[in-house]
Amino acid sequence: MSFYLRRVAFYLVTLWAAISLNFLLPRLLPGDPAKIMLGKLRRANGGRPISEETVQAITSILGAEKGMSLWDQYVAYWGRLLHGDLGVSSTRYPAPVADLIASALPWTIIVVGVATVISFLLGVAVGAWVGWRRGTRLDHLVPITTVFQSIPYFWLALVLVAVFAVQLGLFPIVGGYDVFAFPAGPEWSWAFVGSAVYHAILPAATIVISSVGGWLLGMRNMMVSTMSEDYVVTAEAKGLTPRRIRTRYAGRNAAIPSLAGFGIALGFVVAGSIVMEQVFSYPGIGKLMIQAVQGLDYALMQGVFLVITLTVLAANFIMDLVYGFIDPRVRHNG
Amino acid sequence: MDDSQSTLDVTEAERELDSRDDVPFHAPATAEAAREAVREETATAAVAAASVRRGRFRHLLPSRSGKLTAGLVVVGIIVLFGVVAPFFVQSPSDSDNPSLLPPSPQHWLGTTKLGYDVFSQLAWGTRGSLFIGIVAGVVALVLAIVFGVLAGYFGGVIDEVLTLFTNIVLVIPGLPVVMVIAAYVQNAEGLGPLARSSLLVALVLGITSWAGSAVVLRAQARSLRTREYVAAARVAGEKPMRVIFVEILPNLVPLLAAQFLFGIIFAVLGEAGLSYLGLGPTGSITLGTMLNDAQTGQAVGTGAWWWFVPPGAVIAALGAGLSLINFAIDEVVNPKLRLAPENAKRQRKAAKAGKGVADSGAFA
Repeated sequence: MSFYLRRVAFYLVTLWAAISLNFLLPRLLPGDPAKIMLGKLRRANGGRPISEETVQAITSILGAEKGMSLWDQYVAYWGRLLHGDLGVSSTRYPAPVADLIASALPWTIIVVGVATVISFLLGVAVGAWVGWRRGTRLDHLVPITTVFQSIPYFWLALVLVAVFAVQLGLFPIVGGYDVFAFPAGPEWSWAFVGSAVYHAILPAATIVISSVGGWLLGMRNMMVSTMSEDYVVTAEAKGLTPRRIRTRYAGRNAAIPSLAGFGIALGFVVAGSIVMEQVFSYPGIGKLMIQAVQGLDYALMQGVFLVITLTVLAANFIMDLVYGFIDPRVRHNG
Repeated sequence: MDDSQSTLDVTEAERELDSRDDVPFHAPATAEAAREAVREETATAAVAAASVRRGRFRHLLPSRSGKLTAGLVVVGIIVLFGVVAPFFVQSPSDSDNPSLLPPSPQHWLGTTKLGYDVFSQLAWGTRGSLFIGIVAGVVALVLAIVFGVLAGYFGGVIDEVLTLFTNIVLVIPGLPVVMVIAAYVQNAEGLGPLARSSLLVALVLGITSWAGSAVVLRAQARSLRTREYVAAARVAGEKPMRVIFVEILPNLVPLLAAQFLFGIIFAVLGEAGLSYLGLGPTGSITLGTMLNDAQTGQAVGTGAWWWFVPPGAVIAALGAGLSLINFAIDEVVNPKLRLAPENAKRQRKAAKAGKGVADSGAFA
């Protein structure tokens, strides 16, 4: 039980640290983001003064209160967060930050999530096979995967766009759906889903190609080590079929670290594809983050960063619990 | 006498490795849970590798590895290109050339929309990216040594505090933090010429990327601490810092090298992403800023492949070369990866020659 308690405590501390970092960065780094942000909001509002409430929201997020102690600001900051109030965006004035994030989140989660799952399954399956056939020509796959891992994934996206979208015209170049066919925005219809899937193929392919090598390599190396374990020798000596040894004896145990990695990768689903979304102008969280950073929309930027951190922490936490269950050793050794 | 002694050392180390339960996993498995599981085992590997080294130094060098050779050649060519080529090319910001020329004998890689020569930009960009990669790699390595080795060596409260901090940094997603910091720093006065220089970008990348290495180093240091020669040094009254630098760090060299190379790859890729988003260094040319220029100049839409393909290809080649070197190091630290495929191959050959070994199943 103490294993789980310690994990819970660790993630609470990390959460506190991440939020405090969010609070401290705009206040400690040189410059005055709150002033910039308020100026932008005023311009977005057509030059008219903005409401007292908005000003307060911004200053408690980014910090500009004169004479207010850092501690009071900190308390006020937490109060806003706990009410789910993330301020107002200046680049998409007057939309609240929370609404913008809520509408962008599904795009990222679905595309990157599906691509991550495909990449994991493919990598682990092929990796297990390559590890099983160690010492054959298949070993040459190993150095090749490093090339794929070292490619900057957004550059791969650029190349894919140049070849398949621009040259061959097989896929759309940008966007998450056909904005001309659906001018009113997302709707629940087969036609819309079809359009969204069609637009998602290249982004998903980018993620799969650039991440499958890592899974393959990790699984292969684990498989090679597991194959020299005594219990595999025993299984072989008992005359079990190679297939049974491969899947039930070696593969199952070799996949444990990959599973842990998978949990982390799922956490980074929201965070990990920021630059890819920029290449495809995909309407997800990453694009929102880039908009915020480029437009110096600090309130939006903080909100997105918070959501990204929260998902990573949550995924890690869940994975830790699952991992403690599938591999009891960590509960005792930790 | 001396020779037989060292051979004995080697076989002992190998037997120790073969009897291990588990093996370090180098995919993105950074979960605390996974680490806990492999920590002790990883440490054993390093110690074994260390004793191999003390036995016979030549075993440290992965001499017969084609991977190492290929990696060194690729990395060597790129480094040479980044160091030497800028002296021989025209100025990378000379806009007198016609714009968007495809590759030709005059302009080996064509020109950009603004008439810059892509080849000369590539030379300077490679230099800029290498600079950022090396600075960030050094920063990350130093931080990893401070947090990892100190935590592993001292243990106790120091270990708890340093490890907690390391794990927090490890879990908080890197690129978003870098983006947030870059966005604040971008418009900050008071940093003077440092603001948005490549040095600052390198520092930010280094400061956000050390945690993974620290975890690995802590595991090794924790295990090395219990070795007899370290205990002997302590009993002899050596100061802790001297024990760390003289007894512990030299045994971590293969790992430090691997972590340093990973740090460089990470920083070069990180810089490319950051610059592509327009958050990179402003004053200097890097491979990332080239990609950013290509994006704002609609290189993809107009089919100007010679503009955006070369910088990415150089990054990919550099990363692949460094990873190949890391593989070679990995096979030294963890001989199972090298020995198991060799044994399987030998067995298969024997079966083919009809020496009475089963030619199917798990071991063939």
